Amino acid sequence: MTRARNREMLALIPVALLLTAGFAAVFAQENAKLGNLSLTYGAYFFAVCLATHVYLRIRLPHADPYLFPLMALLIAFGLVMIYRIDESLARNQANWFLFALILFALTIQFLRDYEVLERYRYVIATVGILLLLAPRLPGIGEQVNGAYLGVKVGPISFQPGEFAKIAIVIFLASYLRENREVLIVGARRVLGVTLPPLKHFGPMLVVWGASMFMLVFIRDLGTSLMFFAAFLALLYVATGRFSFVVIGTVLFLVGAWFIFTTVPHVHERVETWLHPYQDGFHGLGAGYQVLQSTFAQADGGLFGKGFGQALITVPGHPSQTMLPVAETDTIYSLIVNELGLFGACGLIATYLLITARGFKIALLANDGFSKLLATGLTAVFAIQAFVIIGGVTRVIPLTGVTLPFVSYGGSSIVANFVLLALLLLVSNRARREAEEGAPRGERDEPLGALT
Amino acid sequence: MNRQIIKLFGFIVVLFAILVGFTSWWSVFDAKALKEQETNKRPLFEQQQIPRGRILAADGSVIAKSVPKGKGTGRRYVRHYPQGKLFGHPIGYSFMEYGQTEFEQYHNAELTGEESEFGTILDQLTGQKQEGEQVVTSLDPKAQEVAMGDLEAAGYGAVVAIEPSTGAVKVLATNPSFNPNAIPTKLEQWNLEKVRAPLYSRATQSQFPPGSTFKVVTAAAGLESGVITPETTINAPGSIIDEGHELANDYNQSWGSISLDTALTNSVNTWFAQLGQKVGQDKLFSMMEKFGFGATPPIDLPESEVNPSGLFEGNELLSRRDPVDLGRVAIGQERLLVTPLQNAMVAAAVANHGKLMKPQIWKRVVNVDGSVTKRMKPTVYSEPLSAKTAEELGIAMEGVVDEGTGTNAAISGVSVAGKTGTAETPNNKECGGGEAENQAWFIGFAPADHPKIAIAATVSCTERFGGDVAAPIFRDVAEAILAGE
Repeated sequence: MTRARNREMLALIPVALLLTAGFAAVFAQENAKLGNLSLTYGAYFFAVCLATHVYLRIRLPHADPYLFPLMALLIAFGLVMIYRIDESLARNQANWFLFALILFALTIQFLRDYEVLERYRYVIATVGILLLLAPRLPGIGEQVNGAYLGVKVGPISFQPGEFAKIAIVIFLASYLRENREVLIVGARRVLGVTLPPLKHFGPMLVVWGASMFMLVFIRDLGTSLMFFAAFLALLYVATGRFSFVVIGTVLFLVGAWFIFTTVPHVHERVETWLHPYQDGFHGLGAGYQVLQSTFAQADGGLFGKGFGQALITVPGHPSQTMLPVAETDTIYSLIVNELGLFGACGLIATYLLITARGFKIALLANDGFSKLLATGLTAVFAIQAFVIIGGVTRVIPLTGVTLPFVSYGGSSIVANFVLLALLLLVSNRARREAEEGAPRGERDEPLGALT
Repeated sequence: MNRQIIKLFGFIVVLFAILVGFTSWWSVFDAKALKEQETNKRPLFEQQQIPRGRILAADGSVIAKSVPKGKGTGRRYVRHYPQGKLFGHPIGYSFMEYGQTEFEQYHNAELTGEESEFGTILDQLTGQKQEGEQVVTSLDPKAQEVAMGDLEAAGYGAVVAIEPSTGAVKVLATNPSFNPNAIPTKLEQWNLEKVRAPLYSRATQSQFPPGSTFKVVTAAAGLESGVITPETTINAPGSIIDEGHELANDYNQSWGSISLDTALTNSVNTWFAQLGQKVGQDKLFSMMEKFGFGATPPIDLPESEVNPSGLFEGNELLSRRDPVDLGRVAIGQERLLVTPLQNAMVAAAVANHGKLMKPQIWKRVVNVDGSVTKRMKPTVYSEPLSAKTAEELGIAMEGVVDEGTGTNAAISGVSVAGKTGTAETPNNKECGGGEAENQAWFIGFAPADHPKIAIAATVSCTERFGGDVAAPIFRDVAEAILAGE
């Protein structure tokens, strides 16, 4: 279906222009004069995107035309912001982007029949859990801000949680596809509450236990929340039982409360979330980060200060940070600071459009596994964006997950491109099948339309 | 499953809407409060990145300007004061690390170009960078220099000169002063100097016993309330008993029945003590309040750096219901303390036909394009005297300079009205605790018939009298200002 691909190509043009304009704005701010370097960067970016597009045209001609341009938009957004923070980081990020595209292509190449994943679901689940535990392994584990999210092998460090989320979603999609009937039929009402059958309640408890375990051992509320929310989303979609979600939420809250009262790191995170002014500003701790994050947003206002205009370090003292880890955790605050509430709304709208396209794929998909896989991948992506943006805007406690495609970080960008590849694979099949069964010319729907 | 997927999408829409809501809260609705948080250093840093507006003297000479340091995003502006310590007071200083004081602090909004939110949004849309506005003062550098020179020769003290008809402050000098350019290196040391206290603006903060200058206020209360007329005589013996203690004239001189002119010209204590008792505490306090006593003078300086005048018990201002020794209040003794600014306001009110104008240092604000955005509008603060009373009092004050205690204030070819004051301040710690120390004063205005300037000059820790040490300062400063008219 070439019409979809044509749309994709057309959508990539404004993205490349946006990236060019963004770089131009940063250059203009830093050098007070405009070179043609921004044009060069824009051209490179467009060329890379175009190559990917051509590859998609060949391999997945029916796949959703908007997902890749939307994600490219986020990448462009992120590259400009990171470039503005630190040139060398932007270069790394660009390299990671290229590497991620290679992995993206390989995933599409070798997983065209993605049902094969179902066959290895327990292997995948085990790998996922191992990946999650890796940061606690002696020798390679790495602690950042009290949370165990990183792994360092030699010069390479990465965040295994980013990959684990895909593995866990694949497992859950497969497991729930097989067991959803039993979960629904076997459910009984006890005291007015619909409970899943005891036999199948077990795996739910296992997932709950795993989340709690992560909370204790990885000490990261955000990752734990992200996983459990994705699990509940899938459980709900698979069974249609809202009561399961309620039970799951209650279980999570009970567990989280227990851990909040017993694990000091988690306790501290929650305290600085609720009372950032209390002691946060004495040091450069979590409270400082939360406060500076809101101060940066206050500084932005409706329209922002413009690219390159916000303060990241104390003027004249490049080593004294005003916005800790601006390139990862607090990049959203920097975006609000420089592009204002309007820019931030644009970013959130982009995430929302991606979510809409993802769920659209799930709606179109014909088999249970495809539906659940697309739902799970989309949900985990959206929830990740919510967890980190919610963290810097004090909706929830601040945690160390990345803003997908925007934050600096190789693992994040690579993992999310694999996630995108899986979504496009599901989409390609769903739309092809839909097309084969429907009259021609009725399949293309406007961007954002869900049904 | 499709129904659930759509519901799930709805839930995520709600989550994202919450994010938009919170972002709006921080970036727009709560932004002002966040910017005012003490822990938020961004506004300070950002102010440094915009060129702060210049402060100019009335003659156009630059008192303060901003010079760029560093490059690129590290570029910041640092304050420079070309006239050094001449305007240490009342301009103060502004450095990111050390904060702001005095005029720099009070006019911060204009100097940083912080106007209405509408203005900044418009600027953002048009890509205009924030730039500070220039504030032009009515300060007269030549007169300020004369005042500083005289004070440095005489001792610790202050001079305040106000244009009576507008309230424009032309001189606000304090000795010792400080060079604001040296703040980054000297601030700590200066803060430790408790006696010399170069950072203390004596002109607006120091509360000195006013001595006989207060007799102008007593006379104003007597005339305005109708208790006396210029012709009313009161018998003034060499000494009287006031509240059980002797209250005497200089050299115990007995003056017999005299009227206001003679009494003021010769600063007769027993005459004014009796006048004060006749007027009563209520009317005397009313008159003081109309002159501005009991409140922080409405000058354009931070309230924490301007002190009120009045009767003090410790740090507490006494009210008209508190028991006081009225006879001694009437001659400027008791627990009466007055700032040089307040005393200049007294002289200015008499000079301006009884109307006290709000004293203001700034004259106009000029934006980057060179157009005037704000202009100081002279405002009446109060009307302590009728024009008639003011004229009668002015005539009596002319006698002081023509033939009384204040002859040293006389300017050839110009009629001068004034009043001397000498308060004994023995064991004053500021002076090293000497027995014979005085607070010497002169307040007055010139030309007496058509006043252009009202001045209060005071010197601390001097063994000399107001007429000897403060009157000549008045004369020099008044001459400098009148020469520039």
